[in-house]
Amino acid sequence: MSVTDTNATERVESELPAAQDPSVSPVVDHSPVTLHSPVPRVTRHAPAPSTDGQVDRAPRGVKLAKISKTGDRVFRALASTTGLVIVLIVLFVGIFLLALALPSLQANQDDFFTSRNWTVAGNELRFGIFGLLWTTVLSSILAMAMAVPIAVGVALCLTQYLHKRAASPISFVVDLLAAVPSIIFGLWGLIVLGPFLAPAAQWLINAIGWIPLFSKSVDPKGSVFVASVVLAIMILPIVMAISRDVFAQTPRDHIEAALALGATRWEVVRTAVLPHGRSGVISASMLGLGRALGETIAVMIILTTPAAGSPFSPSIFAGGETFASKIANNAAEFDSPSKTGAYIAAGLVLFVITFVVNAVARVIAERGGAKS
Amino acid sequence: MTMNRLVSSQATQFAALAALATLSLTACGSDPTAASEPAGAEPGSSANASGLACPAGKLSAEGSSAQANAISEVIADYNAECGDKATIEYNPTGSGAGIKSFYNGLVDFAGSDSALKSVAVDGVVETDKAKERCQNNPAWNLPMVVGPIAFAYNVDGVDKLVLNAEVLAEIFNGTIKTWNDPKIAKLNSGAKLPGENITVFFRSDESGTTENTTKFLSKAGNGAWKDEPAKAWTGTGEGKNKSSGVAEATANTKNSITYIEWSYAKDNNLSMAQLDSGNGPVELTGDSVAKAVSEAKIKGSGNDLNLDLKYSGTKSGAYPALLVTYEIVCSKGLAADKTAIVKDFLTYFSSPDAQKKLPDLGYAPLPSDLESKVQSAVAAIQ
Amino acid sequence: MSATTSETQLTFRRPGGVRTVKNALATIYVTLATILAVIPLFWVLFTVITKGIRLIFSSTWWLQSQRGITPRREGGGAYHAIVGTVEMALICAAIAVPLGIMGAILLIEYAKGTKVARGVSFMVDILSGIPSIVAALFIYALFITIFGLGRSAIAVSCALVLLMLPVVLRSTEEMLKLVPQELREASYALGVPKWKTILKVVIPTAFGGIMTGVMLGLARVMGETAPLLILVSYAVGINFSPTSDTMGALPTMINAGRDQPPQMPGYERVWAAALTLIIIVMLLNLLARGIARASKLKEK
Repeated sequence: MSVTDTNATERVESELPAAQDPSVSPVVDHSPVTLHSPVPRVTRHAPAPSTDGQVDRAPRGVKLAKISKTGDRVFRALASTTGLVIVLIVLFVGIFLLALALPSLQANQDDFFTSRNWTVAGNELRFGIFGLLWTTVLSSILAMAMAVPIAVGVALCLTQYLHKRAASPISFVVDLLAAVPSIIFGLWGLIVLGPFLAPAAQWLINAIGWIPLFSKSVDPKGSVFVASVVLAIMILPIVMAISRDVFAQTPRDHIEAALALGATRWEVVRTAVLPHGRSGVISASMLGLGRALGETIAVMIILTTPAAGSPFSPSIFAGGETFASKIANNAAEFDSPSKTGAYIAAGLVLFVITFVVNAVARVIAERGGAKS
Repeated sequence: MTMNRLVSSQATQFAALAALATLSLTACGSDPTAASEPAGAEPGSSANASGLACPAGKLSAEGSSAQANAISEVIADYNAECGDKATIEYNPTGSGAGIKSFYNGLVDFAGSDSALKSVAVDGVVETDKAKERCQNNPAWNLPMVVGPIAFAYNVDGVDKLVLNAEVLAEIFNGTIKTWNDPKIAKLNSGAKLPGENITVFFRSDESGTTENTTKFLSKAGNGAWKDEPAKAWTGTGEGKNKSSGVAEATANTKNSITYIEWSYAKDNNLSMAQLDSGNGPVELTGDSVAKAVSEAKIKGSGNDLNLDLKYSGTKSGAYPALLVTYEIVCSKGLAADKTAIVKDFLTYFSSPDAQKKLPDLGYAPLPSDLESKVQSAVAAIQ
Repeated sequence: MSATTSETQLTFRRPGGVRTVKNALATIYVTLATILAVIPLFWVLFTVITKGIRLIFSSTWWLQSQRGITPRREGGGAYHAIVGTVEMALICAAIAVPLGIMGAILLIEYAKGTKVARGVSFMVDILSGIPSIVAALFIYALFITIFGLGRSAIAVSCALVLLMLPVVLRSTEEMLKLVPQELREASYALGVPKWKTILKVVIPTAFGGIMTGVMLGLARVMGETAPLLILVSYAVGINFSPTSDTMGALPTMINAGRDQPPQMPGYERVWAAALTLIIIVMLLNLLARGIARASKLKEK
């Protein structure tokens, strides 16, 4: 009996999604293989002393070939070097940011986290990131809240609900969204989406404007709301593409097992597809969040910058600046180390935010992940 | 594993085809041959190279975006005159960035809305750094493009609006909050000013236009504008990215006002306020701006033509809200081949042929005595 | 499937009420999500196409540069920008893709679950959150301020590597995770060394997903503007050399024109350049899918 594994090689794609395909093979038992397999399990910790290039202790009459280890050593070294390079790059970037930012942070006379001033020219440095933090976090959270459910829904639709023939063009079409440059999203948001959403924004302000989050503002067109929608559209393809690939790799056997037990399509998705794809979706969402947090040009074009010293408005219909857009708006004028340092300090906060959010996400993924 | 070898050879074929296509793409392109006439320009170009040397080579420059329209047209015209021998690239990243790139040696000359500063700003003295870059020779500020600053507004039913520097300063710093404020009404008897709040739009990106506007407000505003002139806006209002953002916002938001380059205000069909500098309302025209520029004094020495613009107390009929873009060049010390192109290009730029095309683009030409001083300074570059 | 015998009557009932409702709701949600995702795409594409398509159809657009053309003049094309964008993206991909794939191999094949993997993974997470402007400033400080190299297209590519690497690495990692362990073990059982297993069994199995990641990364970096603004000057003429300090690129071509009022020819070129970029990425996408499909291991 050969070890049949329906996932081992890519089958010629059937056009029906797994949940409906009548030609699927019977469920294969996936319990650890030891009981049925005639081939002894080969692991790295095989008891036979074959790891030194010496001739194995072969059964009588069988000649085993020499297995050279150099290929493995070289490849492993390559992989480790890559890991090292990546770690070094990130460390360098972090150290660079820190080195530039520290002097300004030390010279700062305001509280970095609660102040909304931004006086960085001259000798008296007073800067704080409260407004930036609010706008960045708010726009990113809104963007994620809009994009992730939709992206996951689309990915499910494409892999579990639609025929392959129909899924392919839609999939391609959503991938096209990833091709649009961010500056065009900025322009589109400014001249098309902003005016379109303005009446809806106005209606919302009139309806629930007493909640500070939705309070009135001067220019609802250049608002965090519009920027969030555009950000959501920008991160949608990333989250969707990776989720789609992950969902497509759900083991057929799990799906068929669920079907065999009488599950509805949604229950198949809920019990077989989603748990399997959980870590992938979280990973994709983190990539999307990274993009949303770091998006520079689109946000710079859309958001209306409040005047220095204007009162703080928590409204999503107000303007604001994100870390990235503030740095970009003023990047041309980094005349002095102290000025540069203040902006870089803002960039550093972004680093930290990404770090924290990703750490939390990893914990969630690891704790709940049902790995095969 | 023949199957594997087969399919991977298909893949390599595919990839090879793609590579071939890409490589062939590199052989295909060319530069446009005959440049068409610019939109709205007078037909018929001027006579052949009026004494231009037309050296070959490559020049890169960076700086003010206020002169971007002007300098791109002038570069195109210069290349047309000279048969495309030189490659001149101007990157309108902003005055500050231009100066910084200049004294770091990344570009050959810079365009800036304000001359090099000789006082220490954040620990950097621009004139010293520029001198270092020019092998210990001073850098000169050569005024080349005069860009009027318009105060564009969008108020229904108000076709003519008269303001002065003091009222503008108070509008821009939030002291005056509504359109029917008595101070505005005093200058505009007979106009129906609504009681709505004034929405001010400003440049959210650091800009030389902001710096010059605030210079104007602070010098001519009778103390109403208390902040130091700076590239970053310190007044009230909503910030939009770049002149196009500000123009678009003003055009689409009622009861708004902003400061913007004349060319953008014209191109976006914005109503512009008339300035009353004590001698009656003056409309923004090429002539009124030229009158104001001609009253400027040169505060630089020798060939360094750093101007002291007169923002108030100007003769009647002058419109004093303007900025002058300087080309900042090494008087000496730039590599010889680049110096040749710089000289030749700036000779063309400061010639009447080039300057007379500027008003069509929304700029004002240099007054003739200033123009000749600039030309002799260019000739003195080594 | 019906299975009734004379003795035991098996009655198959439809799923009970709540379950049916939930199923229907889920189907509605999924359909709505797809529609909602497709609407903005068509909207954005509609805007770009209606504003920019006129210029795309002329051959001059694809074959000429913008030298001698100003925002107020008609004429010229985007050749210089196309060449620049493709060149910088390819240099970036040449660095980022091997790094990304090898990094993912390290995380999944060699160091899975170890502290090393956690560390590298954290680092990649941090890298994914860097704004493009900060990456550009870092490379500026490194190449120009510290090494004194001056602006170049290679500097831009290096900044783009910082942006592309996390995408490639993460998606490769996810794909490698999904390759069944049995596949690897079958390969080991046949005596194939680990590195060959990775190269010839694991990677080809995951190839489709890896291509997706590479395409996503490329699409992103081709549209990035901030590094281009800081690290290289926009050139309107044709320039192939990656070490020169000026190079055209589609995002900066867009940026150069976006400040123009809508009636100027320069403004229309902005949208045509955007459409060009979308077309190029679309072509790359198709190419990647073609390669992926051609190199997938198929059952007999």
